Amino acid sequence: MAHGTPRNHGGIAAAGRLILRRLGSALLTLLLVSLVVFTISALLPGDAAEETLGQSATPEAVAALRHQMGLDQPAHLRYAHWLGGMIKGDPGQSLVANMPVGQVIAGRLPNSLTLAGLTAAVAIPLALAIGILSALYRDTGLDRALNLMTLGMVAVPEFLVATIAVLVFSVTLRWLPSITVVREGMGWAEMLRGYAMPVMTLACVTVAQMARMTRAAIIDQLNRPYVEMALLKGLSPARVVLVHVLPNAVAPIVNAMALSLSYLLGGAVIVETIFNYPGIASLMVNAVTSRDMPLLQACAMIFCVAYLLLMLAADVCAILANPRLRGQ
Amino acid sequence: MTPTVPLREESMAKPVSTAAGRVWHLLSGLSTSGQVGLALVVLWLVLGAAGPLLAPYDVGAFVSPEVFDGMSARHWLGSDYLGRDVLSRLLSGAQYTVGLALASALLASATGAGLALTATVSPRWVDEVISRFMDTLISIPSKVFALVLVAAFGSSLALLLLIAAATYTPGAFRIARALATNLNQMDYVQVAYARGEGRLYIATAEIMPNMIHPVLADFGLRFVFIVLLLSGLSFLGLGVQPPNADLGSLVRENISGLGDGALAILAPAVAIATLTIGVNLLIDALPGRGRRITGGR
Repeated sequence: MAHGTPRNHGGIAAAGRLILRRLGSALLTLLLVSLVVFTISALLPGDAAEETLGQSATPEAVAALRHQMGLDQPAHLRYAHWLGGMIKGDPGQSLVANMPVGQVIAGRLPNSLTLAGLTAAVAIPLALAIGILSALYRDTGLDRALNLMTLGMVAVPEFLVATIAVLVFSVTLRWLPSITVVREGMGWAEMLRGYAMPVMTLACVTVAQMARMTRAAIIDQLNRPYVEMALLKGLSPARVVLVHVLPNAVAPIVNAMALSLSYLLGGAVIVETIFNYPGIASLMVNAVTSRDMPLLQACAMIFCVAYLLLMLAADVCAILANPRLRGQ
Repeated sequence: MTPTVPLREESMAKPVSTAAGRVWHLLSGLSTSGQVGLALVVLWLVLGAAGPLLAPYDVGAFVSPEVFDGMSARHWLGSDYLGRDVLSRLLSGAQYTVGLALASALLASATGAGLALTATVSPRWVDEVISRFMDTLISIPSKVFALVLVAAFGSSLALLLLIAAATYTPGAFRIARALATNLNQMDYVQVAYARGEGRLYIATAEIMPNMIHPVLADFGLRFVFIVLLLSGLSFLGLGVQPPNADLGSLVRENISGLGDGALAILAPAVAIATLTIGVNLLIDALPGRGRRITGGR
């Protein structure tokens, strides 16, 4: 494609088109996801009007409120209205908190982003180190030990890691508080102490996941003929891995990072609840227990947007890192 | 580029006649960690099946005057926050955890594989519709999807089973579809099409037998994810509801013993971990594709 233009220029244009197509596909998926989320939550046996008024309400009062909330309209109109509100940043009224969902979430979202950011900052370097190390020393004792460790950590429930951490650091050693308090104007030391255990718990599973995928990506490259060629030329294994293999493994590794960070979204549900952390995930759990549907829908959509953004980032990195992909 | 899926060659290389012989051959070739995994899996399957028969006390009986008691000859794992026997409750909880997760994982893998086979042998538009739908579901993080389903439908045992299965069907579908699409291109399947065989015959007699091993490894992983999901939900108080209790509920109900480092909270948490780690070790030690798809929840 792109005859006549300089090769590099054509490549960039092709990559741009490819990225735009991925973006379009992500938006379409997001639309379908919103349809699924809305459909499931609209299948509820009772509805918001009954929930608000309680069981003793007269049928007339329920019907009036239902009309006022727009619940007597057909489903597709309600979906369009809901989606429109979601796009404008006004996902409705939280039934339990009795304030706009947007406000409730705005107070929580920065906390969750901080937790995710800190976890990523801890997990990514650690996972890269473990992954590269075990790929370099593959099939040795070190690799097998690391493999067993990450395999175990992948399968351990978050609440076991969290309980053991609380037991060791809060109860026995008394170093760290067992719940995380977030407030304005926290000092660095205080913040570090508060965040240490949630970050540690979340990082545990994420690191294991990421390290395994990094190892697999690098070993996949090590089996290629060009690596054999480089080794036959007499290059040192360290040079082969760092200079020849790593650039080629960037795309799968970034992909692995994005995928693992998306598991962090699920892990946050447990971890935020255990440490009583005021984030989106614990908000969502509260929304489930109190059956606050508008709030639940908004939280679910935030998680889905985060997931799709991570997948999109992984795709874009893969396109940019691999010249062959740009031509497709 | 489409990902290529390596098929298992060793079954051709080493002719072992009976099914039992093949299983024995596979198990005797396991590494040490694989044998540990197998032992843990068998242990939990037995405890899950026979748990209540082995329990020394009644599940709901208040048998100890002390709450959060330590190990003793009368109560091997001590007592819980109400003075009930932890071992008895653990054995009963294992029944729920193992049983529910097995049933859900079976349902998820069977549905996923069935849809994948349907998509593969059907006209292109059927494949497009099923794949698009599954891609949509897979874009909802599994715990979030499960939470939305629990909020909408509630969490009775039957619903939990269906919810966990629905949550992990898209993943099972994705793996099975990749396998089935690859097999569908193979010469012997193309020959079967040319012979004029029906779609049902091709799906069940030509494609399915050749994807059964990786699908079984994937089934093991689904089982692990579902155990973690269900115990996570129970831990949040959204899963198995009292008076029934699975292992996750046991951790939740004894959370007040955390300050004392009570066995009542550690024992069920460690029980879940040994079960999931055991399955992971076993799958990791299986030859062929198992190693590749380990992880990912």
